[in-house]
Amino acid sequence: MFSDYSLAELGSIFIMQGFAGLILFSVFVLMALGLAIIFGQMGVINMAHGEFMILGAYVTYFTSQLFLHYIPSLFGIYFFIAMILAFFASGALGMAVEWLMIRRLYKRPLDTLLATWGLSLILQQVYRSVFGPREVGVELPNWMMGSLPVTEVVEVQINGLFVMGLTIAITIAVALLMYKSAWGKQVRAVVQNRVMAGAVGINTEKIDRYTFGLGCGIAGVAGSAFTMIGSTGPTSGQLYIVDTFLVVVFGGAQSLLGTIASAFTISQAQSTMEFFLSGSMAKVLTLLGVVIILMLRPQGLFVIKVRR
Amino acid sequence: MNAQVITDTMNKDFVLAVEGLTVSFDGFKAVNDLSFYVDENEIRVIIGPNGAGKTTVLDLICGRTKATTGSIRFKERELTKMKEHEIVRAGVGRKFQNPSIYEDLTVFENLEISYPKGRSVAGALTFRRDAAVKERVQEIAETIFLADQLDQRAEYLSHGQKQWLEIGMLLIQDPELLMLDEPVAGMSVSERKKTAELLNTIIKNRSVIVIEHDMKFVEDIAHKVTVLHQGKILSEGSMAKVQADPKVIEVYLGH
Amino acid sequence: MSKASGRTFFLRPQDIIGIVVLAFILVVVLPLTLDNFRLQFVGKYLTYAFVALGLVLCWGYAGILSLGQGVFFGLGGYCMAMFLKLEASSPANTKIQTTPGIPDFMDWNQITELPWFWEPFKSFGFTTVAVVLVPAFFALVLGYAMFKRRVGGVYFAIITQALAAIMTILIIGQQGYTGGINGITDLRTLHGWDIRTDSAKTILYFVCVALLIACILLAFYVKSSKLGRILVAMRDKEDRVRFSGYDVSSFKIFVFCLAASLSAIGGAMFTLQVGFMSPSFVGIVPSIEMVIYTAVGGRLSILGAIYGTLVVNWAKTSFSESFPELWLFGLGGLFIAVVLIFPNGIAGLWQTYIAPHLGPLFGGVAKRKATPPAPPSPGTAPAAAE
Repeated sequence: MFSDYSLAELGSIFIMQGFAGLILFSVFVLMALGLAIIFGQMGVINMAHGEFMILGAYVTYFTSQLFLHYIPSLFGIYFFIAMILAFFASGALGMAVEWLMIRRLYKRPLDTLLATWGLSLILQQVYRSVFGPREVGVELPNWMMGSLPVTEVVEVQINGLFVMGLTIAITIAVALLMYKSAWGKQVRAVVQNRVMAGAVGINTEKIDRYTFGLGCGIAGVAGSAFTMIGSTGPTSGQLYIVDTFLVVVFGGAQSLLGTIASAFTISQAQSTMEFFLSGSMAKVLTLLGVVIILMLRPQGLFVIKVRR
Repeated sequence: MNAQVITDTMNKDFVLAVEGLTVSFDGFKAVNDLSFYVDENEIRVIIGPNGAGKTTVLDLICGRTKATTGSIRFKERELTKMKEHEIVRAGVGRKFQNPSIYEDLTVFENLEISYPKGRSVAGALTFRRDAAVKERVQEIAETIFLADQLDQRAEYLSHGQKQWLEIGMLLIQDPELLMLDEPVAGMSVSERKKTAELLNTIIKNRSVIVIEHDMKFVEDIAHKVTVLHQGKILSEGSMAKVQADPKVIEVYLGH
Repeated sequence: MSKASGRTFFLRPQDIIGIVVLAFILVVVLPLTLDNFRLQFVGKYLTYAFVALGLVLCWGYAGILSLGQGVFFGLGGYCMAMFLKLEASSPANTKIQTTPGIPDFMDWNQITELPWFWEPFKSFGFTTVAVVLVPAFFALVLGYAMFKRRVGGVYFAIITQALAAIMTILIIGQQGYTGGINGITDLRTLHGWDIRTDSAKTILYFVCVALLIACILLAFYVKSSKLGRILVAMRDKEDRVRFSGYDVSSFKIFVFCLAASLSAIGGAMFTLQVGFMSPSFVGIVPSIEMVIYTAVGGRLSILGAIYGTLVVNWAKTSFSESFPELWLFGLGGLFIAVVLIFPNGIAGLWQTYIAPHLGPLFGGVAKRKATPPAPPSPGTAPAAAE
C-alpha cells in the first residue's frame, strides 16, 4: 500500500497526519483483525471482543509483575512472553466460549450478538471482582521508554513505534495464515460452502472453534500491545467495541485489506478533526460520516461480489 | 398445439420480449446477450444444464437481479427499470425453486397475504377479511388440494404440499405471466402427477415460463422449448425440434 | 368454512383477559399493596415497557433488531424535559442569572439567548406532538436510508448502536444546549401543576398506565391486522413477500417508526414521573438493556414484554440494593439464558407449562399462538448487503 512512496516521504506524511492518529490506527487494526476474522469468516458478532482483549492486557500486567518480582534480570523481554501467554489465554477462553455458546447460535446472528453482550457483562464483573475496579498499568522496560527525535521539532515515543511495528508484524502474520497456509484455505472453504467443505473431509466444527479461538487470541495480543500505551480496567474493552465494529463493517466484512484501510481512514479522520474541533465533536463527526457512508454503500469499502 | 402458437403470433403483441439481455458478475457473464419472446397464453419451458443461467433469467425478469444491459418488456412496460413489487403488481408472478412459504403462518394466512388487496402500509392496516377474500382463498385452496388444511401451520405441510401452496399463492394474484422454477422437483410420483394436473388447469388464460429438468413433464406441457447453455440460447422451438438438434445432444450427452 | 376466517374483532378472548388482568394488577393490586416510593419505581419501569412494546413489534414480529431504542426514548424524554425546563426557567425563577429566562445550564455555559430549536418547546401542544413525531421522523429518515438499501440484520443492529453512541457523545459534548452529562434537571411544574409532589406522582402513574394500555391496544391492533401477518411473513421469507407485490421496505420503515414513537412516549412519561432526563438513558448500554426486557418477556408477546420489563427492573433494583456486584452477573446471565435456554421468554414458559392447565381462555388450546422454540433470525450476517 505504501510502496509508492519513498521512506522519507512516508515519514513526513506520517508526522503531518499526526502520530496520535497512527496509534489509534494501531489499536483499531489490532482489535479489528480478530473481529474481522470472527465476523467476516463466521458471521458471528462478538460483543465480548473487548473483554477478550482486556484479558490479554491483564495477562500482560501479571506477567510483568512476575518478572519484576522474581526474574528482574529478564524484565526487558517480558513483553514477548506475555504476548504469547495472552494469545493462548484469550484463545483458550474463546474456544471454550465457542463450544459452550456460539456453536449453538450460528444460524441466529442477532441472538449471538445478545448472548455475547451478556458474556461481556459477566467478564467485566469477573475482572472487577478478581482484579479490582481500579485501572492497572504495566511498567515499561527501559528500552521502550523515551522518544526518538525524527526532525528537530518532532519526537516520536518508542512505545508507540513499538506498538505500530507490532501491528504490522501481526497483520502480516494473520494475512499469511489466512491466505497462504493450508489451515487458512480450510477456513475460507468453510466460509464459502460449509456443506461442501464438510463433504471433502474438513472438520467444520473444529475449524469453527479454532477460527473463533484465533480471533480471540489475536484480541488477547491486541490487549497485550494495548498495555504499552494505556492502562487497563475492567471496562476498558467496551470503550472501543462500537468503533471497532464500524471499522470492520466499513472495511467490508470479509476483506483484510479493507479492514486495514478502513481503520486507517477512521483513525486519521478522527485525529485530524480533533486538531480543529473538540474531541467529542471529532468523534461524533467521524462516526456519523462512517454511518452515512455505510447507508449509501452498505457493503463497505471492499467487497467480494458473489453470484447468488 | 403448435398450430395455435403460429396463429397467435399473427398478433405481434408479445407478452414478454427479452432483448439483448446480459448480466455479469465480476466479469462472468451468467446471461449473455439473450433474446427471446413469449406469446400470449404460451407455455415456454426453459431447459439446460446446471449453471446455464436458467434461474438467473427468471431472477432478471422478476427484478431480483439487475441486468447489466438489455431490455425486458412486459406488455410494453420496461421491467428492468422497475422495482420487484412493481413488477409483481404489473402482473408477473414467480415461484422459487425451493418452496418459499411462510412457515409460521397458517395456509389461510399464507394465501391471504398473497391476495392482491391492501398492499400498502395503510391498506394492510385497514384490510378486512371479508366474504370475497374468504371465498377466493377457499377457491384457490380447493384448486391446490389444501381445502381441508386451511388452519394448519404451513411448516407442517409435506414438501409437495408446500410446493402447491406456493403455486396457490401465485394463483391468487392471478398473474398474466407466471414463472415456475422446477415445480415438480423433489416430488413423489403421485404428487408429480397431481402437479401436472394442477398446472394444466392453472395455465389457462396466462403465459407461463417453466424451468424443468423432467423431460417427460416438459414434453407434456411445453408449447415451445428454449435450451440455455452458458448464458446463451443454444436452441429454440418445439420439443421434437430441440431434441433433434445436434448442438443440444452434444451439450447433454457430449463430453 | 375455516375457523381462521371466523375472527372479525382484533382481540381474541384470551387477549382481552390478558389485558384486563394486567390492568387490574397495575391499577388496583400494585397501588394498594405498594407504598408511594415503590409505586413510583413501578411507574418508572412502566416507561421502559413502552420501549419493550415497540421492540416486540419491531424485533419480535418484523425481525429488525434495533440497538438504538434509547435514542428514541431519549428524544421523547428530552422533548418533554425541554418544555418543563423552559417553564421552570421563567425570568422570575432565574433572575439571579446573567441572562434571566433561559435554562440555568445555558447560563453557566455563557449562552445568552435561547437557541432556536428550544423556542417551539414553550408550547405544550407543540411538545406533545414533538414527543411522538420527532423520534418518528428521525426513524423515518434512518429507516428510509437503510431499508431501501436492504440493510438489515446485524448491520442494522450495529449502525443503530453506533447512533446511540453518537447521540450520547453529542448530548454530553454540547452541554450548553443539552445540559451535558447531567441532563436536564430541576424540572418543577407542568402548567403550574407541581409534578414533584407525591399526589402528582401518583396521578402521573395512572396516566402512564392508561397510556400504556392504550399503546398495548394499538400494538394488538397492528399485530392482528394483515400488516402484523406481513411482518411475520417478512421475517420468515422476505423475498416471497416482495414477490407477492409488497414494498417490503415501507413496512419495515413503518414498524420502526412505530417502535420509535412508542419508545418516545415512554421517554416523555419518564421525564414527567422522574423529573429529569439525561444521556444515561440514551446510550449503548441502556439501549441494549431495553432489548433484554423484551427478550425476557418473550419477544413475540405484547403482554409478555410488559411483565418482562417489570421483572427485570424489579430484579435490577433489588439486586443493586443488596448485592450490586451480583447484578451484572445476573444481567449477563439473562442475556445468555434468553438466547440459549428460553428464547420465547416468560410468555413462552407460560404457553408451554401454565396455559395448558388453565383452559382455552388463557390461551391453553390456542395452538396458533404457540411459537416454535427458536424463532428464526433473518438477515444472516454478511448476506445483508447486496
